[in-house]
Amino acid sequence: MSARNRELMGLLPASLLITAGFAGVFIQRKSELTNVSLTYGAIFLGLCLAAHVFIRITLPYADPYLFPLVSVLASFGLVMIYRISSDDARQQAQWFVIGLLLFAATVIAFRDYRKLEQYRYVIVSISLVLLILPRVPGLGEQVNGAYLGIRIPGTSGFQPTEFSKVGLVIFLASYLRDTRQVMVQGARRVLGVTIPPLKHFGPVLVIWGVAMVILFLLSDIGSSLMFYGALLAMLYVATGRFSFVVVGLIAFGLGAWFLGTHIPHVHARFEDWQHPFEPKIYNAVLGSYQLANGLFAQAAGGVFGQGFGQSILTTASGSALIPEPQTDMIYAVITSELGLFGAVGVLLTYLLFVYRGFKIAILARDSFSKLLATGLSAVFALQVFVIVGGVTKAIPLTGVTLPFISYGGASIVANFVLVALLLLVSDRARRPVVRT
Amino acid sequence: MNSQITKLFAVIVLLFGVLIYFTSRWTVFSATALNANALNARPQIEQLRIKRGSIFANDGTVLAKSVKAGHGTWSRTYPEGSLFSQAVGYSEPSAGDAAGLELSAANYLRGSPSSISALFGLSTSTQVGDDVHTTLDPGAQKTARQALDGQAGSVVALNPRTGAVLAMYSNPTYDDNHPSPNKQCDAVGCLVNRAVSSAYPPGSTFKIVTATAAINTGKYTPNSIVNGNSPVTVSGVPLSNDGNQSFGDITLTDALTYSVNTVWAPVAVNVGTKTMTEYMKRFGFYAKPPLDYPAGEMLPSRVQSPGGQYYPPGSADEDIGRIGIGQGGLVVTPLQMAMVASAVADDGKLMVPHLVSSVIAPDGRTVTTIQPRLYHQVMTVKTAQEINLMMRTVVDEGTGTPAQLGNGIEFAGKTGTASVGPTGLGETQPWFIGFAPANDPKVAVAVDLERSDSGQSGGQVAAPIARDVVQTLLSEGK
Repeated sequence: MSARNRELMGLLPASLLITAGFAGVFIQRKSELTNVSLTYGAIFLGLCLAAHVFIRITLPYADPYLFPLVSVLASFGLVMIYRISSDDARQQAQWFVIGLLLFAATVIAFRDYRKLEQYRYVIVSISLVLLILPRVPGLGEQVNGAYLGIRIPGTSGFQPTEFSKVGLVIFLASYLRDTRQVMVQGARRVLGVTIPPLKHFGPVLVIWGVAMVILFLLSDIGSSLMFYGALLAMLYVATGRFSFVVVGLIAFGLGAWFLGTHIPHVHARFEDWQHPFEPKIYNAVLGSYQLANGLFAQAAGGVFGQGFGQSILTTASGSALIPEPQTDMIYAVITSELGLFGAVGVLLTYLLFVYRGFKIAILARDSFSKLLATGLSAVFALQVFVIVGGVTKAIPLTGVTLPFISYGGASIVANFVLVALLLLVSDRARRPVVRT
Repeated sequence: MNSQITKLFAVIVLLFGVLIYFTSRWTVFSATALNANALNARPQIEQLRIKRGSIFANDGTVLAKSVKAGHGTWSRTYPEGSLFSQAVGYSEPSAGDAAGLELSAANYLRGSPSSISALFGLSTSTQVGDDVHTTLDPGAQKTARQALDGQAGSVVALNPRTGAVLAMYSNPTYDDNHPSPNKQCDAVGCLVNRAVSSAYPPGSTFKIVTATAAINTGKYTPNSIVNGNSPVTVSGVPLSNDGNQSFGDITLTDALTYSVNTVWAPVAVNVGTKTMTEYMKRFGFYAKPPLDYPAGEMLPSRVQSPGGQYYPPGSADEDIGRIGIGQGGLVVTPLQMAMVASAVADDGKLMVPHLVSSVIAPDGRTVTTIQPRLYHQVMTVKTAQEINLMMRTVVDEGTGTPAQLGNGIEFAGKTGTASVGPTGLGETQPWFIGFAPANDPKVAVAVDLERSDSGQSGGQVAAPIARDVVQTLLSEGK
């Protein structure tokens, strides 16, 4: 079976999932099973088919599993958001369409994605500006004490960091392709530690600084972990020096420790993380209420979950029991309703996606492509780790979206760009070599 | 670079392993502790989302029902309020609190999600509980409230053939729509269901138990001649009749009719502690009543030492002579005394008292119907009929004449006027127990009034209340 036909078959589970999901929500809401649920499924399937045809024409050799995995995640997310708030789901569906359009635009505009290298300093500049944007007075929006979004009329909280992550990965892939040789060759050993030449390592230090600034200015532990983790992953793959990673982790740890003990807001987040069930911390403003209720929701789910649509999301007075159930805490809602089994299923779907991403990197024929695919897959995986880790109390909780599942326009659009780039790399890598 | 990419993927797999570990930690290993965490509002909200079943009186009057409280939650209203609050109780999931039938019948009222719908999560989200139908009679409750006229005390009426509780009313009461009591209400113990949660000296009503032991063992007959002179010495301390009246040689029936203490105390001594204790147990003393009511809200009837401790059953330290006339530290619940009257009324058979008559599922299916159950065969049929006749003379010509029903319906009863409070102040606890019609008992009743400062007797104040309640029930054909 050709790659594209395998992709087409892969879309079947996604369409079944969304149809069954909407049917479930309708039955749960006591309305009869109308053909509305089937219509929703059909529209979604139609969109996916259109995308599939588009990929068939433009990227005939691209990885066949990536897009079906995205459809499964997106359709699952759409049903989940619909179950939480049907208004949000309608918006999310619109963002899904916009995401698909941007996906197509990226594929067409960067058919030869290697020309991205020419714009690497433009791209990194824009990325950094986007990162700082939420802090700009009048534009920024403070959520739970962290500046994560900017206000755009008609949307609720547009998170520009989602685009920054793609931009920074492109920059690093390009920069490390140039300097990876000299970094290794020019390295000196000081006290048994390999120190790369400062001249070439400088930009890497800048990214470290940026990660710290994000932490400091935006009070966003999760995003900085995500960016910095992606940097270290790419550095390791580019140079093969594990010592760089160790030095990098120590530097990050020191920075995080310093900020955690000296910046009240960051410190508070660490306290929330360590003692979420302490009544004083639980009841404090910006305290551990959100984290603790996420954990309570997961506990209510148990192994098999309470059943779809059965988890309690509102208090007796009608307010949200778990703040931000459709964005930050959606993993807690999933676990609550579908249990450990459902949650692990979602995680394995992400892992499959990351696996295909790394597979693309291995198959890629040039360093830039390899580093780009590695970086995109790593930053995607780390984003999942940061939010799921936050919700499950593995690490401090920060508001990062769960890719393709969480409600959020920037998130879904930026991740479609990420997928487009991965498919572009994949198509080139798997294209039969034509000797001329 | 490929080997680095592979190693990096291994790290990512490891990180996802951490996520799975933490997810299982909350969903499995720590789930029980988290579900029970005091900060966790989910269990309470879950309770509030259940549409509890209604509670009905025996004529279909709604005693408790669930009304929509918005956001998928339900709240409880009690249309009859304070009239039934002591028996019905209340349910306040937000405070984690419940009492009365709302607590004891909670498993029915809450219902349960069907396992299949829970598995697939496709059911309606509202869990609907079963309706509980009770044996309580609104007419009798109203009469009890009216007759008590605000005095502290309680009324319990049973169907002696079935054990059905027809009336259970006690003062002071509260509105179960607002169970958090105000200070004034709290000071008088308004939430206490005195019919089962308070124990008082039964006074002479206990002579029915003494008489049962005396006659059923064959030591005495109703016609045994006994000496009613006053005072006599019991346990080394003189005991006298009301007004130190001496009766001379009389029959045992006369001794009951005129409630002669100086007869019944020696009779109890003569029967002996062991046998007396045995008969008390047969009537249900020394155990919590077998009522379908929260065990935590019921007291056993037993003997208290002067130091406030409870004697073990049949203790040699008891003053069995004074216990035989309902004093000597004996404290009983009004329900227990209604059970005594009920056993005599039903030819010696004590039935298990019950408040619930049936449970009906939301779809109309009958979940359970409570069948009459024998608790103890307390005495022989012959003894029961002899005591029945003795009790009739109490109302016909003795201390209980204010209980007379007229219309040719005979009331068999016994008065009680226990001394309570500090010696010499003359405070009393008036009682009346009995059943009617005496030749075909349909209602057994116990009435007690809490602490009469003016020293009123059971015949004066408790007997008329019993008469009114019994009249109401008989006129309703219960």
